[in-house]
Amino acid sequence: MSDIEVLPELKEIIGSLLFAAKKPVMAKEIRKTLVEAGKNYGGLYEQFAKVKENDILAVIEELKVELIQGSTGLSIADVANGFRLQNEMNCGPWVRTFLDKDRSAKLSKPALETLAIVAYRQPILRSEIESVRGVAVDHVLRNLVELQLVKVVARSELPGRPWLFGTTQRFLEHFGLKCLEDMPGMDELKRMELDKDKPEQTESLPGME
Amino acid sequence: MADLLPNEEYKVNLEVFEGPLDLLLYLIKKDELDIYDIPIGRITTQYMEYLELMKILNLEIAGDFIVMASTLMLIKSRMLLPDDERGPVDEDDEDDPRWDLVRQLVEYKKFKDAAGFLEYLEEEQENIFSREGEHVELGLHPDVGMSDVGIFDLISALNQALDRAPDEELQEIFAEQFTVAEKVDSLLELTEKGKTISLGRIFRGMRSRQEIVCTFLAVLELIKLNRLAARQDSHFEEIVIEQTGETEPVLKEDEQL
Repeated sequence: MSDIEVLPELKEIIGSLLFAAKKPVMAKEIRKTLVEAGKNYGGLYEQFAKVKENDILAVIEELKVELIQGSTGLSIADVANGFRLQNEMNCGPWVRTFLDKDRSAKLSKPALETLAIVAYRQPILRSEIESVRGVAVDHVLRNLVELQLVKVVARSELPGRPWLFGTTQRFLEHFGLKCLEDMPGMDELKRMELDKDKPEQTESLPGME
Repeated sequence: MADLLPNEEYKVNLEVFEGPLDLLLYLIKKDELDIYDIPIGRITTQYMEYLELMKILNLEIAGDFIVMASTLMLIKSRMLLPDDERGPVDEDDEDDPRWDLVRQLVEYKKFKDAAGFLEYLEEEQENIFSREGEHVELGLHPDVGMSDVGIFDLISALNQALDRAPDEELQEIFAEQFTVAEKVDSLLELTEKGKTISLGRIFRGMRSRQEIVCTFLAVLELIKLNRLAARQDSHFEEIVIEQTGETEPVLKEDEQL
């Protein structure tokens, strides 16, 4: 196979994988790649096959710091349970101009609200979303499913076996969230649901902003 | 006033806009009321006024709006009962007929705030690109790119315009007839080449209520189609409209009032 004179460092390999990736990369995917490359190319290449996930995570942290210190205009973000190489936010206007993307489409308020309810309360029935929002969400929900921000995650055991909805990986990517727990007040909004049927606890209802 | 829109053909589906809880929160915010101590009589009156306006506009009022109206009425009537007929006299919130509604509003408000957070993130992500150079491609979609201004802000603006309009004269039969399609065209003309114009200015000078209502429906239609965006720099200020740059066909020619 192709010869290379100097074997790269692990950091360089991981950096190049992040560069080549088209979606957030997980540490275990990187590990798998290291093992496979070792198998495919043999010899010296095998020396990275034993790298553990923790080592990979540590190297990514190093890379994060170096990208910022080197003022490269790039950064590594924790998104959707993986890592994404992206531009620095303050360079956005130029990238947008370059890519001719000056006006991005945004989600409507009803869509965002429905998404928020699904995100906090998943898995959730359509009827449950409707009782929070006080309006029919049929149409909005269908669109969110079409946009692949929401998906059917299971069927409920209730009569008629209605669908239960949850958010997708794409949801995390779209909003740049690392994971669902990254959303503010996750505990509180989840807890409110548990308290719903116990009116004696409602006095502890958190105040408004 | 109810026959401003003589036939039923033109309907704006409200589902893509907002619901009864939004209207209540809107009214509460507008008058800076305490959500835990809502003056139910006053809110009910205002709620019914908005419902009436929505009827005039022939907006497809979801059953949910009617359900909420009856809930408000029920609460209002229960509030009129002396305490001892409502239940045991103590400080327990449970005996306040408003409590269920307050709880629902507070819960909903939390999710609205969470939605606001998502909106903020989405805006932030606009400036961030990764290797694929693409964001989730939302494209031209019924649920995408809606204006920043809520339906009730828009209806408020309409209400003001209608209040200012002089009462119809009796010889209305000879008055000009306006159509939504016509107003769509003139709105697009007014906002050509990146021009912005406030709703107040558009309505000013219109003398017929029918013209105001048609114009308003044209604004809603264009917002729904993502051709126009409405902005409001701060709450309850002038609403300004501008084109979004999308150029999909708007109204079919036969779709007139």
